[in-house]
Amino acid sequence: MAGATAVGTKPLIRVEGLEKHFPAESHWFRRSDSFVHAVDGISFELARGESFGLVGESGCGKTTTGRLLVRLAEPTGGHVLFDDGEGASTDITTLRGDDLKAFRRKAQMIFQDPYESLNPRRTIFDTVAEPLKVQNACPPLERMERVSRMLEMVGLTPPATYLFRYPHELSGGQRQRVAIARALVIEPIFVVADEPTSMLDVSIRTGVMNLMESLAERLGISYLYITHDLAVARYMCSRIAVMYLGKIVEMGDTEAVLQNPQHPYTQALLSAVPIPDPTATRAPVRISGGVARPLDPPPRCRFYSRCPIADDFCRDNPHPPLEKKGAGQRVACYKA
Amino acid sequence: MVIDTGPIPNAPSLWRVRLGLAGRSLKQNWSLFLRTRIGILGLVIIVFYMLLALAHPILMNTVWDERIYDPVIGFAFDETQQPAPPSLSHPLGTDPLGRDILSQLMFSARSEFLLGLLAAVVTVCIGTMVGATAAYFGGLIDMLLMRLADIMIMMPGISILIVLSALIEVGHLELALLIGILSGFGGTGVVLKSQALSVVVKPYIEAARTSGGGTLHIILVHVVPNLLPLSFLYMMFTVTSAIFSEAVLSFLGLLDVRMSWGLMIHTTESAGYLLQVGEYWWLIFPASLSITLLCSSFYLLGRSLDEVVNPRLRRT
Repeated sequence: MAGATAVGTKPLIRVEGLEKHFPAESHWFRRSDSFVHAVDGISFELARGESFGLVGESGCGKTTTGRLLVRLAEPTGGHVLFDDGEGASTDITTLRGDDLKAFRRKAQMIFQDPYESLNPRRTIFDTVAEPLKVQNACPPLERMERVSRMLEMVGLTPPATYLFRYPHELSGGQRQRVAIARALVIEPIFVVADEPTSMLDVSIRTGVMNLMESLAERLGISYLYITHDLAVARYMCSRIAVMYLGKIVEMGDTEAVLQNPQHPYTQALLSAVPIPDPTATRAPVRISGGVARPLDPPPRCRFYSRCPIADDFCRDNPHPPLEKKGAGQRVACYKA
Repeated sequence: MVIDTGPIPNAPSLWRVRLGLAGRSLKQNWSLFLRTRIGILGLVIIVFYMLLALAHPILMNTVWDERIYDPVIGFAFDETQQPAPPSLSHPLGTDPLGRDILSQLMFSARSEFLLGLLAAVVTVCIGTMVGATAAYFGGLIDMLLMRLADIMIMMPGISILIVLSALIEVGHLELALLIGILSGFGGTGVVLKSQALSVVVKPYIEAARTSGGGTLHIILVHVVPNLLPLSFLYMMFTVTSAIFSEAVLSFLGLLDVRMSWGLMIHTTESAGYLLQVGEYWWLIFPASLSITLLCSSFYLLGRSLDEVVNPRLRRT
């Protein structure tokens, strides 16, 4: 695999052919015949200290991918090689028991909805101290100090006024800051951020994004940043991958992909972004229909049914592989 | 609401802060509770019977002569005929066996409370754990627990208790455990499971898992506390059904207890006074009214707690 990572450094995470199929129906004694192919054989690398964006519309499998990478879901197939820099990289898809618990110290997740991701019956201190407590990461008497320091870092100052309040006493932005503090308090090296700003007011979005960026620099964190908002992806990520129905259709440096999109789906996504200029015109890319449910998809290109440039070759051949095209990005399309 | 919690507490004083927080939420809930009239009514009745129960041993040791006023083996030598109507020395009269009715009433109140509360605690402990486990694990465990619940709900409670009391000696303790198990594995467990289902899909459960929290940690720290308000509600309803079942069983003479409200009516019935309510009202009304009042008071308390923990029911 040709990675965009610097020569000589191993990537933090290497995903190889990751798959997640959900059974579409439940049977008592036999396996289901049809599956929803939420994530269907994707591969990418995430370099140390990099922010990698995963974009796509709802239902394309980006959140499932994120959940697979922190083992909140069990993959159906493929490997995720995690290299924490302390010896050989481990395949996290097979981790069990104590090894899994040790991995959870290094990989954390920030959830989309700050109103649902904090337990309403626990104080901010209890919530943020939880990872320290279950991982036994520091002596009990130091927890208060570490939590306070973390709250200060995420901009909830002075920490003393927040420690013993309940989530319902905080605003959405403050709650998301608490959620970030909880994810970062045990000093992970890899964080999956699942649309952390999509539920927030536009006015506080930038603040939270800036905070995440500065924390990444200070603490040496790599993000897998999941978003449907191309502007957010551009702001946060050095490289992005565009997903469609469980497949990566285009991947590369953010600027290359966004300035010079090669895949018809990426082009359509970009043409859907409004231009803040009432007189500006742009040739719309016509794609028809909506996202299908990836229920037992045929082997051909996933985008075939909506693609404006597809032809018989696309219909008769399997899903195209990712190939280098355009300004250095890799694209899964025969025609681009 | 801005609360100045002052400087960051050091760890040893953490429990004091938690105590303060608990006190604050108790205060808030209390003021909400005060707004529900029916809850106050229920509480007043409960406190009244608690005072009766507490006063009995004190009266027995000071004012009342043990030979006359003992609820089980006493005899009213000062009355010429039994049952005697209410008088100054026997405010609620005596029963056909010459025992003081007020003393019986007060003596029984204590065991009714103990029975009701024990049954409720057993119910809630079992029900909460059953609900949380079934919802969290799902699959086979869920199916087994819910089919067990179906069996428990299907069982005709009173009839089962009748058969059991014929086979073994059932006292207050055994009855409380039985009711607790029947309701905990049955109806209460099912209701709490449906609540738990809405808790286990919350992202904070996933966050706890990402933090490395094990199954036990997640169930005890995240699921159960979010079930507790509903658990308390069902606790109140169990008290009602426990007191009622006890009254039925002891009226039928199937319980191995020294004295209870149901037994008082049983005595009246077996002596042949049950159908002469107008003439011998003091034999029936004190006991039956007590059963009705205490049952409904716990129900009223439950209803008002429902309003406290469930904002949608609150009138603004």
